[in-house]
Amino acid sequence: MDKYSTSLDTIFHALADPTRRAVVQRLAKGPAPVKELAEPYDMALPSFMKHLNVLEEAGLIASKKQGRVRTCSFNPDKLEAAEKWFDEQRALWASRFDNLDTLLSSLQGGNDET
Amino acid sequence: MKPDLRFNFIADMQKGTLTVRREFAAIRQLVWDCYTKSELLDQWYAPKPLTTKTKSFDFREGGHWHFAMIDPNGTHYWSRTDYETITPIDGYTGYDSFTDETGIANPDLPRSHLAMTFTDQGKHTLTETVVTYNSAKDLQTVIDMGMEEGLTSTLERLDELLLKLDQ
Repeated sequence: MDKYSTSLDTIFHALADPTRRAVVQRLAKGPAPVKELAEPYDMALPSFMKHLNVLEEAGLIASKKQGRVRTCSFNPDKLEAAEKWFDEQRALWASRFDNLDTLLSSLQGGNDET
Repeated sequence: MKPDLRFNFIADMQKGTLTVRREFAAIRQLVWDCYTKSELLDQWYAPKPLTTKTKSFDFREGGHWHFAMIDPNGTHYWSRTDYETITPIDGYTGYDSFTDETGIANPDLPRSHLAMTFTDQGKHTLTETVVTYNSAKDLQTVIDMGMEEGLTSTLERLDELLLKLDQ
């Protein structure tokens, strides 16, 4: 469970930057070498590497080096866990409120909603 | 599917809050009663297919509601809401915690703050529920708890989540 232990703070800090969000979205489509990831951005490679390090420390991406090429890949587990929880919360409230609609309708003599 | 414009669910993960707004086709007094009388709460509070059972109820500042949501297998999920401030029929605040059958809060699970407001919307009533966790760490704890039930999400919805985080 160690890979889940990073707090949400770290994840949100990582995703608070537009460059880093774009990198995550790009990697969600498949792994890519650092050079290719850096290409669209008008910044020095060391600055871009700092962004990648923030994402990697947050556990959002992983990277491995083969020869001279470092390839990054997306690690979806954390975002999926957060997303699933919010979806469940949304569904819980929606169902609860449907029940309340039914109850309110019956308390008002079973009239249809107006 | 047609979107339900009367239902609005906003998650602010940085602040650790959930804000839920919903309009109901009833006058405010009636909606208020449904939230503040246990015999009515028992009829709607648990999402389907669960049911609600009140063990004790004392709706006053400093009082609490101790109840279970029961799944079709008969498993009881105990909770309590401790009422902090009450302003009939405008709103109330309190704290939600996970408890056992005796009402003692589980120290391993974070409690959340609850703020309910009720406003007139013509002949209808608009309710707003704001659930606040103390910290992103607390929110992480409840998310991890939910995750133990198994991961099923797919990558396609990542864009949607990033948009939510972007707000």
